[in-house]
Amino acid sequence: MERTLYREIKATGPVWQVAIWLGLFMAAMLASVVYVEHHGHAVTGMTNHVVWGLPHVFAIFLIVAASGALNVASMASVFDKVQYKPLARLSGVLAMALLAGGLAVLVLDLGRPDRLLVAMTTYNFSSIFAWNVLLYTGFLGLVAVYLFAQMSRGMPPGAIKSIGTLAFLWRLALTTGTGSIFGWLVARPGYDAAIMAPLFIAMSFSFGLAVFILVLSALYQLADRPLGAGLVIRMGRLLAIFAALVLYFTAVQHLTNLYAAEHAGFEAFILSDGGIYTTLFWGGQVLIGGLIPIAMIYHPTFGKTANAARAASVCVVLGGFAQVYVIVIGGQAYPMELLPGYTVTSGLGDGAVAAYRPRWPELLLGLGGVALALLATGLAAKVLRILPTNLSDANTGQEG
Amino acid sequence: MTRIKGAELSRRDFLRSGAAVASATLAPGVTLIAFGGSQAQAAADAGKRWGLLIDAGKCDAGCSACVSACRDENGWGGHGNPDTDAQWIRKVTLKNKTTGHETSMPVMCQHCAEPPCVDVCPTGASFKRADGIVLVDKHTCIGCRYCMMACPFKARSFVHEPIVNQKSHAPRGQGTVESCTLCVHRVDAGGTPACVEACAGAGHEAILFGDLNDPDSQISKRLAEYPSAALRPDLGLGQGVRYANL
Repeated sequence: MERTLYREIKATGPVWQVAIWLGLFMAAMLASVVYVEHHGHAVTGMTNHVVWGLPHVFAIFLIVAASGALNVASMASVFDKVQYKPLARLSGVLAMALLAGGLAVLVLDLGRPDRLLVAMTTYNFSSIFAWNVLLYTGFLGLVAVYLFAQMSRGMPPGAIKSIGTLAFLWRLALTTGTGSIFGWLVARPGYDAAIMAPLFIAMSFSFGLAVFILVLSALYQLADRPLGAGLVIRMGRLLAIFAALVLYFTAVQHLTNLYAAEHAGFEAFILSDGGIYTTLFWGGQVLIGGLIPIAMIYHPTFGKTANAARAASVCVVLGGFAQVYVIVIGGQAYPMELLPGYTVTSGLGDGAVAAYRPRWPELLLGLGGVALALLATGLAAKVLRILPTNLSDANTGQEG
Repeated sequence: MTRIKGAELSRRDFLRSGAAVASATLAPGVTLIAFGGSQAQAAADAGKRWGLLIDAGKCDAGCSACVSACRDENGWGGHGNPDTDAQWIRKVTLKNKTTGHETSMPVMCQHCAEPPCVDVCPTGASFKRADGIVLVDKHTCIGCRYCMMACPFKARSFVHEPIVNQKSHAPRGQGTVESCTLCVHRVDAGGTPACVEACAGAGHEAILFGDLNDPDSQISKRLAEYPSAALRPDLGLGQGVRYANL
């Protein structure tokens, strides 16, 4: 077993190729933002009925995944799982990059993105959104310090553990805040539930680890460095537990709603007759995002390969997007009740399921945020010593 | 003595300005008053609680005079796209699920005492005046639309397209959120909202405007005499808009 050596990745041809592609996606994102700024949000699929659209699905996925991506570092320095120590630096970098990508999408979709300074200087502390601005910026600062501590020579392990513990607690608060954006919306039947906070925490564990496994695998492929199957399989096992946790909270959420007659309409909409939302819930979230990856990882033969963990990660990411789509768009598409005991109709779509068709500026904005997160991570791997030269199982002490 | 007194005064002024800075950081709603950031806020009379009583029994299903009057008064005419056009006030039809009885009535911002839009607004752009009128400060709205997610009445609109020919008394802005202002410019000048006038002009007199705090006002007397209801009473928002004869 060698000493763990962290080295920058080399700017090879394939690295440049990936970077150029990601750069193109970011350029497309900026073009989309200028286009929407010029013509107004009327050129997007978002309306006065579905006010948060595809950009918010991307942004929330990235923000939720960001806090989960830090878990690998937390396992190393907070829970003393030494096998994960070599991965802790990438974990911190990826967490910051994903958050930056998500926030970029969120900010660039604002009606007035030029007023970002207003959002950062004028706070209404009864708004969970305002608290989230502080939680997000605090997270970026705290993880930067955490990363600095990890990379500093001679930093006492106790100090790293203290900062890591603080970052871990902060990330729990952050995801609670993100879930509460929906949980505290009393008006809409799809939200208004305290379980949104723990559900989002479970989602962050799952999405964050899936993204981490994929980014780690891609970076080691690009850098042509050894990455042990045992390490990836081990993370895959953890991913299966997290995916099951998401299913558990989802089941509790819907079973509780089913018990209350007042929520019967919304539950029927999501679970049986909501069209695209029902398809995305059962096919996307439950099957692709939950049951299939769990089955892959626990499969007696395929489950013993690193590719099972990677394929499961792809499934969790796809299912995760479906889940966030159902929460964000489905929750708005379902009509609100104006007066209990009455049905309502109007020329403004009262009482009817709202239609939503995302348009290309929204897709480009969302994909640009993903590209920003990936490019920032790759750039950090190029200029900082965050990736160990050798992550073979022999070198990381995996049992395989 | 005079110099010492002067020094005291300047220290007091300094502390006062420090408090202003603190309130700028801690309570954006307060700074709107303190710095005159919103003339509308400063014009509010804290002793009043403006409200509407809408008599659904008098509202004609085929009439939309209130909607047209609001649109003309505040200049939110659309671009022919009902999904993205602003709609400060709309006519809805309520049907009793048990009896099948149908009622027509206008719905606009309900000017809640506990407005969810104000609670969720990250910058404090959504605010409630001392007289109960809920408004949006167009200078601090960043267009996040969280207030639209929070409003139980779909009363708010996001300006989806560039705007031309605005009314000087009802400033609007692309990329910001807006809703019924209860014709605050008229109210502050001692008048009544345009919808109230139009409804009376159409011969229905289904909308009554007045001060809910004044027990002698016509609206207070009518509310005391006849039953009325607020929309979504389960949320306990204390709306300034109430409905009779549903």
